[in-house]
Amino acid sequence: MPVYYYIFLAVALFSIGVIGVLTRRNAIIVFMCVELMLNAANLLLVAFSKMHYQLSGATNPHAAGDAQIFVFFIMIVAAAEVSVGLAIIVMMYRNTHSVDVNFLNRLKN
Amino acid sequence: MTNIVQIIWLIPFLPLIGFLINGLGRNFLSKTATGVIGSGVILISFLISVLVFFSVKGGNTEVAHYFNFINTGSLKVGFDFQIDQLSSLFLLIITGVGFLIHVYSTSYMHEEEAKDFAKYFAYLNLFVFSMLLLVMGANYIIMFIGWEGVGLCSYLLIGYWFKNNDYNNAAKKAFIMNRIGDLGFLLAVFWLLNKLGTTDYHQVFALVADTQKSQLTAFDITGITLLLFVGATGKSAQIPLYTWLPDAMAGPTPVSALIHAATMVTAGIYMIARSNILFTMAPTTQGVIAVIGLATAVLAATIALKQNDIKKVLAYSTVSQLGYMFLGLGVGAYTGAVFHVMTHAFFKALLFLGAGSVIHAMGGEQDMRNMGGLKKYMSITHITFLLGCLAIAGMPPFSGFFSKDEILAGAFAKNPVLWVVGVLTAFMTAFYMFRLYAMTFSGKFRGTHDQEHHLHESPAAITFPLIILAILAVIGGWIGIPEVFMHGGHRLEAFLEPIFAQSNVIAEKHELPHSTEYILMAISVAGALLTLLYAWNKFSKYEKSEEVETGFGKVLANKWYVDELYDSIIVRPLRSLAAFFNNVVEKNIIDGFVNGVGKAVNYGSRQIRLLQSGQVGTYVLLMVFGMLVLFIIQLFL
Amino acid sequence: MFGNDITIPHLLIFFPLLAGLITFLIRNEASVKAWSLVSAIITLLISLASIYYRHNPELSGLAFNYEWLKYIGASFSVSLDGLGRLLTFLTAFSFPVIFLATYRNSYKNAKAFYGLMLLSQAGLMGVFLSTDALLFYFFWELALVPVYFLCSRWGGQKRIAATFKFFIYTFTGSLLMLIGIIYVYLQTGATSYSEHSFSMQAFHSVSLIPSQQNWLFWLFFVAFAVKMPIFPFHTWQPDTYEQSPAAVTMVLSGVMVKMGVFGVIRWLLPIFPAAVATFDNVVIALSVIGMIYASLIAMRQDDLKRLVAYSSIAHIGLMSAAIFTTKQLALEGVMIQMFSHGVNIIGMWIVIELIERQLGTRKISELGGLAHTAPVLTIMLVVIAFANIALPLTNAFVGEFMMFGGLFKYSMWYTGIAGLSIILAAVYTLNMVQQVFYGSANTLTSGMREISTNEKIILGVIVITIFAAGIYPQPFFDLTKDTVAEIITRFK
Repeated sequence: MPVYYYIFLAVALFSIGVIGVLTRRNAIIVFMCVELMLNAANLLLVAFSKMHYQLSGATNPHAAGDAQIFVFFIMIVAAAEVSVGLAIIVMMYRNTHSVDVNFLNRLKN
Repeated sequence: MTNIVQIIWLIPFLPLIGFLINGLGRNFLSKTATGVIGSGVILISFLISVLVFFSVKGGNTEVAHYFNFINTGSLKVGFDFQIDQLSSLFLLIITGVGFLIHVYSTSYMHEEEAKDFAKYFAYLNLFVFSMLLLVMGANYIIMFIGWEGVGLCSYLLIGYWFKNNDYNNAAKKAFIMNRIGDLGFLLAVFWLLNKLGTTDYHQVFALVADTQKSQLTAFDITGITLLLFVGATGKSAQIPLYTWLPDAMAGPTPVSALIHAATMVTAGIYMIARSNILFTMAPTTQGVIAVIGLATAVLAATIALKQNDIKKVLAYSTVSQLGYMFLGLGVGAYTGAVFHVMTHAFFKALLFLGAGSVIHAMGGEQDMRNMGGLKKYMSITHITFLLGCLAIAGMPPFSGFFSKDEILAGAFAKNPVLWVVGVLTAFMTAFYMFRLYAMTFSGKFRGTHDQEHHLHESPAAITFPLIILAILAVIGGWIGIPEVFMHGGHRLEAFLEPIFAQSNVIAEKHELPHSTEYILMAISVAGALLTLLYAWNKFSKYEKSEEVETGFGKVLANKWYVDELYDSIIVRPLRSLAAFFNNVVEKNIIDGFVNGVGKAVNYGSRQIRLLQSGQVGTYVLLMVFGMLVLFIIQLFL
Repeated sequence: MFGNDITIPHLLIFFPLLAGLITFLIRNEASVKAWSLVSAIITLLISLASIYYRHNPELSGLAFNYEWLKYIGASFSVSLDGLGRLLTFLTAFSFPVIFLATYRNSYKNAKAFYGLMLLSQAGLMGVFLSTDALLFYFFWELALVPVYFLCSRWGGQKRIAATFKFFIYTFTGSLLMLIGIIYVYLQTGATSYSEHSFSMQAFHSVSLIPSQQNWLFWLFFVAFAVKMPIFPFHTWQPDTYEQSPAAVTMVLSGVMVKMGVFGVIRWLLPIFPAAVATFDNVVIALSVIGMIYASLIAMRQDDLKRLVAYSSIAHIGLMSAAIFTTKQLALEGVMIQMFSHGVNIIGMWIVIELIERQLGTRKISELGGLAHTAPVLTIMLVVIAFANIALPLTNAFVGEFMMFGGLFKYSMWYTGIAGLSIILAAVYTLNMVQQVFYGSANTLTSGMREISTNEKIILGVIVITIFAAGIYPQPFFDLTKDTVAEIITRFK
């Protein structure tokens, strides 16, 4: 499959994520959209890693996973982020009985 | 000769020592000690000056180098003294008259507290020191040191009674007007330095005479001499800078005699006589000097006609006589001008000291309308004063006659119009001096009973200088008897010949026929005699009246309103300008701009701050836009 | 690193620095004062040694280099030439005098006050000694920052506003200069970073085309013009002088304004000769306008400190005009005048401080007749005031005479106009003397007492310095001959 299929998919996923973050007020959905953007990036990393491995004609099979290591990093970071982020959202709901992000503008002024 | 040169530094150094002793020891020294030290140092300086005088008679000039005042790659100024005929003559006048006035002061100032007495003598000694530097310096910079120094001492002595703010204002006025002149002097020195690279007299004069070598243009010489003359108008109280001198009478009377009559105010004449070669080469400047000198002489004489303060009359008379000297310089009669400096020093110091003696006896009263009939009470003062009046009025054979006659003859040779105005001024001089004499000494006493009771002849310390000066005022002119009376009688001219030799070569000498000279003399003497008799007749029976001056008399009594004029065209506009700068330019424009920048920054940040809305969505949107912009830049640029 | 390489220039910087840091550790106010005074006197002795051993390069010689930030070509290099000796001596002379004159003043948190004072002394020394542009900049700021804290913590009522103005002014100037320094740095040597250098030799020999010089000139000039200050960059000065504590005002006006003058001579003239030749007219015109303008404003001041501040602006204007003529006579005048101005103005401040400490006011309109009860103070003030208006045989005369003389060689007309300030100076100075000291005493001033013996001694030292330098100024010319010669050859 040509690499641009992956690129289109990743761009589509990323754009959905961006639009979701921009338009939705519900903190949980915003959160999910952020995850979507991260995964779009992951998809691209995997796709390019594979592509460059094939193009370079390398013979060492271990080299194929070099860039894909980053994907695991990102997934770990995302998991950590989820745990912290969800905790924040829970606390927010407890205090304000709402998960509307626009409600949280207390830092203003 | 060489022996004398080795000790000439003592002449100014001794008064400096006197200043230091009296100044630092003012809390410990008794009045007697102060007086002895103050006068003693001047006496010793005088004795050395006499030796110097006789040693330079041979005609040689000696320059003594002490140390380098400034010695750099671009400027060399030595702390040098020059002794020649001109400076030795001035040395005699300064230390001689100075000594007499010191002696006089010991009695005149006796009512002051000991420390103020010491302060007075310290200032007086400092003045003599500065004046000696002025005449002994061998270059213009040393002269300038003395030049400003005498201005300082004049300031300190006019404001000696510093409790009185009028006196302080007079002192300040004197200093500032002198400073205006000093600026002219300084600029002239810079000009000389720039063109010739030196200010040493002998080098400057040699270069000036040799215009080919020095490349001085006529413009340069005229500019330099005019600026020097501006300096002289400040120090020697000529139009337009003369108004400080009458105000300077706020100082103690001996100070008026020493500084504002006999010595300091003649510094301008000394300077021009010293630089005579420069002035001879600048005929334009000479014309300006002659006209300004004569105008000053007339103006001051007219004002003197209507003054009632005894010291004010003498002050305006001094301004007028100084105008004569400048007339002499302007017409090239250098010897005549210097001669008049000398005779004027004698008779004007005598008149001031006599006036001081009168004021002393009157208990501080200076208004002549309250005097009268004093000849009964103070005979020595009276006689000496009369001699002084005759001398200044130009009666032969008193000293004033010879010197004034020489200047007038010079003026006639240049331009008879100058002579006519000069002679008329001489008549006015005779008039106001005898008005002064008659109102003070004859008629009957018009003061209060207390004052009358208090009237007495002054003590010996006051009358002794009066007598000496009176003798000098009578015979002082005999060293300059004109050729028409006696061949070789003008010993002063022969003595000063080396100084003015260069000028005499350049300027053609007009010799008046003897018959003309006799006629001129006859006219001036006869006229003066008539006016003085008229004044005597009119004022010897003067009665006090409350009559207010009207018309022209009022203008004269108010000194032609020159002070008011200066106030409205110079002082006030300058103050308004200063206020404008202070209140508008400084506070609104410059600081307004600076603070405006600050305000603009404040305002801008307040506006930009609104971007921080606190809405997460806005931040994200901006972020996305930012990313898009970066993409676009990356793709298309 | 130091070992036996330690030399007088190092001592001049590090001794005040260390002394200042130690001061922060001392608890008791009396010992703080004593320690600062002693350390300032030791610095003075070091400085005297630098003059005494000026012909011995081993001890106070020409250049010393330590690698500092080697990879960008900056080094810790200091050296002493004539101008450096003169100004470090002025700095070293001022501080003990200032400490003694304000010895009776008591400060909250004295250790910080004196510590900061000594730090600023170290900064000043560094400015006058460094021969590396980055190091110069570093010390330039080091001298400024302590003064900022000193004014803002110990100043008068409006101190915050005044200090802020002062800081913004000088800091703007400094940053412009920093940009200039970096730009010139990039022009030094070849293209690679390793060959660029901040050293003074590299800066002085850098070749810049006139168009580059023309805008770089202004970057440097503004920094120095603010410091001096030159019209119209001067409005921070009266406010800051008015609000600062007396000791700080003395440092600011006596020594710190010389940083600007020094900067022009050491950095501006040699790096941008073509721009100097282009803009000399503009700068001299600004300076001359500033002289007249400041003199006129001084006539209207009621606060003694503001009067002296404006008078100082007028004097500095003359120095600036004289430098930009690049005439030998004028530059020689500037050298001695830098010292004289420092001494005279510190004397002025001391007198004002003594009056204010006793009577609690500096307003001319509230004073009068002090001569009755304090004759010695009056005599001292009169001497200092006449030195301030450059009367012959006082120190300022020689300098002003030579500067005017040099300016005359440049332009007769500028000299004529600038000369008016001589007259105006007499006007405002004598007005001040008359209104403060003469006349009759009022209820406030009749309580004035004569100054104490040690105050007499301090003022006596200043008065003696005034006369000594006025009667025999030759040592100053001999000391600074080399610096003048260097500039002159550059502008031949």
